[in-house]
Amino acid sequence: MEWQDWALGFAGGLMIGGAGALYLLVNGRIMGASGILGGLIDGSEWQHWPERLAFLGGLVLVPLALVWGFGGGETHLTGNPGVIVVGGLLVGIGTRLANGCTSGHGVCGISRLAPRGIVSTVLYILAGGVTMVLLRHVWGLI
Amino acid sequence: MRRAIFAALAGGLFGAGLLVSGMTDTSKVQGWLDVFGAWDATLAFVMGGAILPMAIAWRVAARRGVAGLGNPLPARAEPRLDHGLILGSLLFGAGWGLAGLCPGPALAVAGFGGWGAGLFLLAMAAGMVAAPILRRRLDRLPA
Repeated sequence: MEWQDWALGFAGGLMIGGAGALYLLVNGRIMGASGILGGLIDGSEWQHWPERLAFLGGLVLVPLALVWGFGGGETHLTGNPGVIVVGGLLVGIGTRLANGCTSGHGVCGISRLAPRGIVSTVLYILAGGVTMVLLRHVWGLI
Repeated sequence: MRRAIFAALAGGLFGAGLLVSGMTDTSKVQGWLDVFGAWDATLAFVMGGAILPMAIAWRVAARRGVAGLGNPLPARAEPRLDHGLILGSLLFGAGWGLAGLCPGPALAVAGFGGWGAGLFLLAMAAGMVAAPILRRRLDRLPA
């Protein structure tokens, strides 16, 4: 049961890394979701917008098609709109301040042994863990 | 045009990988962060699986110097641990723990995740638009 989750996780991880490798070696860019989206919507990196928009299009539409075709796709996202809005705001502000998220700093940064990527990944996992402990086990909010 | 086609392929493969790996399921992400609960190790396998091909890609990139479509490969960022990196990573982690979504999965679930996924994406976009204002204040702080 558990090992199947791990095997699927590893297989999906290879696909994620393969996508990053493709984007790096063919397009010459770092596959960071927050940078690709953020640079478009705050207007700071309008250059190469067709490339960015195409990446986002694939990222949204392919999972949608797979869920339509094969089912699955349960998100278990909380139904509390307050938690969703605060969570979204923090993720948006934080990833743009830090210049990267799990894909840019995590996958692409760690694999390059980039100090900023490693420090960022340690910090956001720590902050996420503390948030879980406080909100779930101490205050019982999520 | 070729740039957009390969970008769409990369984005699609990224999204499919997020779905297959279970990272579009917030309970698996929160399970990884919840070390005092029913801890879920899946995320470590996803990270390991993703870092492997990327590490090879960086080695290939260093040898070749230019990307397949001709432009130079991304330069290394200066290894500076500034206020933005520290504070931003902490804020991001808090939001990640709260909702169980980071930017990649937030986009991957946008199509099928219902109103909650849409609301998260809107809030995240608002945060991304607000971030430059906060960054200008942080940049004035002494190092």
